[in-house]
Amino acid sequence: MDLVESYREDLRFARKPLTWLLLGALLAALLALPGYADSSWLVRASVICLYAIGIMGQNILIGYTGQISFGQAGFLAIGAYSFAHLKTLGVPFLLALGAAGLAAGLAGVLVGFPSLRLKGPYLAIATLGFGVAVYQIFANWELLSGGRSGLPVPKLQPAFGLSREVYVYYIYLGLLVVSTVVTYNLISSYVGRAFVAIRDSDIAAEVMGVNLTRYKLLAFAISSFYTGVHGGLFAQFLGHLEPQTFNIAESLTLFVAVIVGGLASVEGSILGAVFVILVPTFFSASRWLVPVLYGLTILVILVFQPLGLAGLWIKTRLYFQLWPFR
Amino acid sequence: MGGFLEVTDLSLSFGGIKALAGVGVQIAEGETLAVIGPNGSGKTSLFNCITGIYRPAAGGITFKGESLLGLSPDAVTQRGVARTFQNLRLFLNMSVLDNLMVGRHLHFKKNLLHAMLRLRGEEVRHRRRCEEIIEFLNLEPYRKSRVADCPFGVQKKIELGRALATEPKLLLLDEPVSGLTAEEKEEVSYWIHEVRGRFGITILLVEHDLRVASRLASRMVALDHGVKIAEGTPAEVQRHPEVIRAYLGE
Repeated sequence: MDLVESYREDLRFARKPLTWLLLGALLAALLALPGYADSSWLVRASVICLYAIGIMGQNILIGYTGQISFGQAGFLAIGAYSFAHLKTLGVPFLLALGAAGLAAGLAGVLVGFPSLRLKGPYLAIATLGFGVAVYQIFANWELLSGGRSGLPVPKLQPAFGLSREVYVYYIYLGLLVVSTVVTYNLISSYVGRAFVAIRDSDIAAEVMGVNLTRYKLLAFAISSFYTGVHGGLFAQFLGHLEPQTFNIAESLTLFVAVIVGGLASVEGSILGAVFVILVPTFFSASRWLVPVLYGLTILVILVFQPLGLAGLWIKTRLYFQLWPFR
Repeated sequence: MGGFLEVTDLSLSFGGIKALAGVGVQIAEGETLAVIGPNGSGKTSLFNCITGIYRPAAGGITFKGESLLGLSPDAVTQRGVARTFQNLRLFLNMSVLDNLMVGRHLHFKKNLLHAMLRLRGEEVRHRRRCEEIIEFLNLEPYRKSRVADCPFGVQKKIELGRALATEPKLLLLDEPVSGLTAEEKEEVSYWIHEVRGRFGITILLVEHDLRVASRLASRMVALDHGVKIAEGTPAEVQRHPEVIRAYLGE
């Protein structure tokens, strides 16, 4: 029997012992990764972690709040360059990372203002404009972007006797775990409900007492904070920044990850990150195929599995819950 | 004057079409007022003006002595006015419970840090209130169902419940029984009656079903082409020659 005995119990992060067990096993497997994977896979895993954070943020905006943004590369660039400059000035890693998130979050609030007036495709165009503008600014303002030779980012010094790859992997994994838990908590709170209410019916949300201005801007701020952190981690990972990294293609990659992973799904965001990192890895011999594959996957996903990889996961889980009765 | 809700000389037009032309309506506290009229007579426009969705071109709306003009919909709800929609505007992808919890939104003590750290004291407090409403409307079997999967009659009840969750003093019901079966109509009318008795809420009602409207309302106002054509007891209004002309033609 599965009985919920109090409201508080109903609100727990994971209720069943089996869920805790599976989560623990997954975490243990991830922690042990340096033991059984070679360093190239470790690096890939680190990149997946940092992408998953950004994609989670974008999913809050697109999936939960229903505000389409094509300008994520802009926030990514703001986060990355803020981080790089602060790091060069000698600011510690976590502090610089937080500042990168805040800088991008602030930009997010500014970009959020058009969302108070624009919906759907119109907002998508407006944010696309923002992405292009940020890219052009960084490409042409040498003081910000370090000019032709790019901007070097001081390397992270490994500690606890770990190799750099392992150290970076653990830090990125830790940050991903924290973001995942915080995101789950946030979307199951009054904030997440307000976001989803705005997505499902903005007029009804407003009539129920949700301040549209405040919550739309909050969604933009939180989402771009995540993206800013993603940018900072990306800068740290690359070790060298060029504006080229943050063109429209990068925005599209993040968008693809959200759709493929699954709209309005936290675990889907992580699966989406796995997808956009592993596909280019497997097709590294024929790079031109990657955008083609992205396009095809989006088509297939939208037609056959609108909830993305997360939807596939939900169906699998349901199958086992109902087994053997169907 | 000490009216509860007072709408005076309200005008609203969309281009050349006058949706409302100088409409005045007063409601006393505790009363149930029905607004009737043919399609396009301005009933829903009146609701949209009161709840801040439309900005009227002229006129005044005061609620408990305070003007509601220029307030955003959430600010109007904050002051104790809730509404339902004619063509249901529920949050279709949320559970029934979450829909009601959105109704509690403005009563939440909001703290972003608590939300992120899963400190759920407030959540439990409001869950209790929502459960009261669920019990009141017999929604228990649907508590965790996605609203989109619920039958239409249940969705109508959820809308009523969601409006009740905001703890309104004035409830605007936009065609609460339209599209329901005879049995469901009986049920919803009973609940509206109960809402008035149990929560002491003043109700402004738009309804096409004159039988239901005259049973629920103590007073009735008829609109046609954005103009008030009759006001009085339900029996008076339904016999009013202007009303008969508006519904049946010359």
